[in-house]
Amino acid sequence: MTTHPPSPPTAFRLPSYPRAEGVHPPLDSPGYRSTRLRAPHQPLVLIQPRLTEITGPLLGAGRVAPADADLTTQHAGEPLGERIIVTGRVLDSDGRPVPDTLLEIWQANAAGRYHHAVDQHPAPIDPNFTGVGRCVTDAEGRYRFVTIKPGAYPWGNHPNAWRPAHIHFSMFGRAFTQRLVTQMYFPEDPLFAYDPIYNSIPDPKARERLISRFSMDLTEPDWALAYEWDIVLRGTGPTPFEPQDGAR
Amino acid sequence: MTGGLTPSQTVGPFLAIGLPWPDGPFVVDEGTPGAITITGRLFDGAGDPVPDGLIETWQADPAGRFDHPDDPRGAPAGGTGFRGFGRCPTGPDGSYRIVTLRPGALPSPDGTTEAPHLDVSVFARGLLDRVVTRIYFGDEAAANAADPVLASIAGERRRATVIAAPDPAAGGSFRFDIHLQGDHETVFFDV
Repeated sequence: MTTHPPSPPTAFRLPSYPRAEGVHPPLDSPGYRSTRLRAPHQPLVLIQPRLTEITGPLLGAGRVAPADADLTTQHAGEPLGERIIVTGRVLDSDGRPVPDTLLEIWQANAAGRYHHAVDQHPAPIDPNFTGVGRCVTDAEGRYRFVTIKPGAYPWGNHPNAWRPAHIHFSMFGRAFTQRLVTQMYFPEDPLFAYDPIYNSIPDPKARERLISRFSMDLTEPDWALAYEWDIVLRGTGPTPFEPQDGAR
Repeated sequence: MTGGLTPSQTVGPFLAIGLPWPDGPFVVDEGTPGAITITGRLFDGAGDPVPDGLIETWQADPAGRFDHPDDPRGAPAGGTGFRGFGRCPTGPDGSYRIVTLRPGALPSPDGTTEAPHLDVSVFARGLLDRVVTRIYFGDEAAANAADPVLASIAGERRRATVIAAPDPAAGGSFRFDIHLQGDHETVFFDV
């Protein structure tokens, strides 16, 4: 069944995708109780990115309808809460935009309740809000969602634990190495200091990169406030062998 | 080159709102000639199933090709027509199922040949970043013996954690359980 691998045409060098040292939270973060039985104990085995890692699913337009980027128009009525625009760019750490890449978001409603059977927080479900959005970045890596500002909510991690308001973001980039799922927060949330998930990121400067900026310029008068948030995925690093400009 | 990178955060307990797709588990339609099924369960360190996880797979097509501009061999003429990507949330018993085609072997930059494999990302509440593993095939013993990534895993017992077992009762079915912790902890890679 194994087919003979086709040989590459020339010298065979691949982008190196330098590692994100010190950026991501350690998997074993005792303050976040659910890591206790789920974080692997064995050290990760380091491997250089090969063909499977430097490629990845290029999921674009076919996965998304234009209406998917507006979470306030998915039902018969309008959801309750503060209408907001969330927009920004997906870039790589070499400063290049990541175009035509799928973003998926999910979030709680304005009352801090998820549309999910397991969420038992005694706050109201909003029949006009599911809390799911998708879009594809444009040629400059730009994305834009219209949604409702999510509420904070309590959780069972420790006594009187509350999550700061956040929106879950999922990104593919263009390579398996770039896959990232994270959370976007809102400026000056008083709950940051108490949240073990936010604080699991060791470097305070890296943590702050998850906080969106309020942007008066991007608000739509008489309609919606706006928050701007850029996402930076791993870059390919120094070009290994041949210049790649024009390769796309 | 790590300046400015966006850190990871957990998918949390409610990923099922946003990430599953109806066609996610079907890299190819069920019944496609040559289709294989990979099934397994995701377990935590207590041996309990993880019911709120997500398994994603990425792989070459049966000829060992990727429909992707960064493959130095170039994409095959006319594309491969193969999505290569699978995604399945875990059920109440921690189970997942992916229907796909068996990937081909791949050339590696160091001159070796990679045995057929799928790259796997595991997401769940309690995982602050995805964990990455690979699925190799138990009926590819010779190819696996020459694989440079398998060779980087110390010890036969640990290597065995990334090799899917063919189901002797059902041709084209493979079993691949994932243990986040414990005596059978799966090998996870830093890619």
